[in-house]
Amino acid sequence: MTTPSPSNQRTLTLTNVSASLGGRLILDDVSLQVSPGELVALVGPNGAGKTTLLSVMAGDITPSHGTAVLDGVELHRWRAAELARHRAVLPQEQRLAFGFSVVDVVRMGRSPWARRPEEDLDDIIVADSMQQTDVDGLATRSFPTLSGGEKARASFARVLAQQTSLVLLDEPTAALDIRHSEQVLSQARRLAAHGHAVVAVLHDLTVAAAHADRICVLADGKLRADGTPAEVLTPELVAEVYGHPVDVISHHGRLIVLPHIVPIDAPTNQEAPCAPAL
Amino acid sequence: MTATLPNARTTSAPTGPLPPRRSGRVTTVFVILAIVIAVLTVYAAGRGQLSVPANEVWGSIMHRLGFDVGTMPTHPQGDNTLWKVRFPRIAMALLVGAALAAAGALMQGIFGNPLAEPSVVGVSTGAAFAAAVVIVFQIQFAGSWTVALFAFAGGLITTLAVYFLSRSDGRTEVVTLVLTGIAVNAVCSAGLAMMIFLGDTAAREQIIFWQLGSLNGTRWQSVGIVAPLVVVGLVGAMLMARKLDVLALGDRAARHVGVDVERLRLAAIVLVALLTAAAVSFAGIIAFVGLVVPHLIRMIVGPGHRVLVPASALAGALLLLGADLIARTAVEYADLPIGMLTSLVGGPFFFWLLRRTRKTAGGWA
Repeated sequence: MTTPSPSNQRTLTLTNVSASLGGRLILDDVSLQVSPGELVALVGPNGAGKTTLLSVMAGDITPSHGTAVLDGVELHRWRAAELARHRAVLPQEQRLAFGFSVVDVVRMGRSPWARRPEEDLDDIIVADSMQQTDVDGLATRSFPTLSGGEKARASFARVLAQQTSLVLLDEPTAALDIRHSEQVLSQARRLAAHGHAVVAVLHDLTVAAAHADRICVLADGKLRADGTPAEVLTPELVAEVYGHPVDVISHHGRLIVLPHIVPIDAPTNQEAPCAPAL
Repeated sequence: MTATLPNARTTSAPTGPLPPRRSGRVTTVFVILAIVIAVLTVYAAGRGQLSVPANEVWGSIMHRLGFDVGTMPTHPQGDNTLWKVRFPRIAMALLVGAALAAAGALMQGIFGNPLAEPSVVGVSTGAAFAAAVVIVFQIQFAGSWTVALFAFAGGLITTLAVYFLSRSDGRTEVVTLVLTGIAVNAVCSAGLAMMIFLGDTAAREQIIFWQLGSLNGTRWQSVGIVAPLVVVGLVGAMLMARKLDVLALGDRAARHVGVDVERLRLAAIVLVALLTAAAVSFAGIIAFVGLVVPHLIRMIVGPGHRVLVPASALAGALLLLGADLIARTAVEYADLPIGMLTSLVGGPFFFWLLRRTRKTAGGWA
């Protein structure tokens, strides 16, 4: 197996990527690069194509136009096992068919390394991944009985255990409280600091601004903006993309995106809220 | 190629030891199953119209193995009965039980659903239809083996047909697979009904009894044919056990950790068809073993397939050995259909499992 990617090479390069699902164009001419050492946040309104873009990056969806290249090789040309040693994915939903224990689930992240020299590190890596995500106390619990947040953290531990240069996170903080959400994103930043390329779909723009090196804004399947949080998160752009006015405040050097509150119409005595049946 | 690995850094705080991969409980289960099978084999061999005491059965086995220990059967026909009638039948019961239970464990693994059973992809119905064709049209090119041969081929072909019909864009959705199975099963059932309609009374009776399942009249030759198929199936199942575990994450996540889901599923379905068709071809249709046994074993040893598959095979062998013992000894001078027995016990037992599991684990354990 030849190993591509000298260190100066971009890890992941999408060039003019378009993708359709069920005849509808979901991604339209998206070009994007993710380099080792950066945490890129994918943001955008519901239905903008964030998850689809992440699926293209993961190699689940082959673009109908354009190319998606990881380490110099198009994603759909990778063998499944080889690709799994280069990119890991945290899915939005954590499902498990049978009652495997948490430690077994984290071990599944090691399966791409089975029968390879790295297998010897399995136990150390699994234990360490679980400690970093604060699930070491849940090791023997049955995964399906965990709460949503515990599942998300256990799955994140599985992704860490996979030890890949590219890490894709689909809404990693959706089910988490403040402490664990900050913990997961700090882990993501640490991965980036250690030279991994990390892409996270995020909903909270303030959270994205705090942790991401770059923010990519998707709207209607197109890449509307791509840059540092300060470049991208302007009140004008956010208001236009989301169709809702916002303020962007700088608080001790951190950007905070504050949506305007929509005034509630004062109740009028004109009509009943529901139209009477005809 | 890979970036630096922060997890493997040596400065990390010492972590507590991980729970062991294999508990002592698993070893205990294997040992108990093996002992019970051995004891029941000796006991079952002695039971029947011609009763042979256990110590004489033991003596007979030892003499065959070349050791001059124990007492030989005292009845003049004792030794003959054991080796011509009882042991082939016991061997077949063990093989068929192991095959059906292992096939069930595989099936539940690839569907990620504890309710899956080999019959959903049409193995049993396809085999029954093919067997009925042979019986009604009195096809005999392979002599008395023709029914078994056709049943095997019918099961295999039906399964592969279901699999390939449910593929689109190189992928197979589980729901599509199940629904295609229903459609193909319906067609095979219609074919079977047609055969029953066309056949004369004797053929009808033969079809019905074949469907009820029986190990009556098993000979060493048929054991010799079934054994290699079952061994191949079991070895194949063990080889894919680790990947089956990962499949519990769902198709996409399994792909993300490097499993070629389509290839794994195709290989697993071929193995299921092989195991089930091998079992069904000589024994007829024996229901519920593939459903109940893996389910029960999963409750005891957990869902990991590296343990689940072999433990299910052993437990299935034991179950069928016991069921066949009852089938041939419960009523004097009668051989009950073994498929009827397994369903009679398996149905209520499965219902009980279902209720119990729902209560304790809020779903599937």
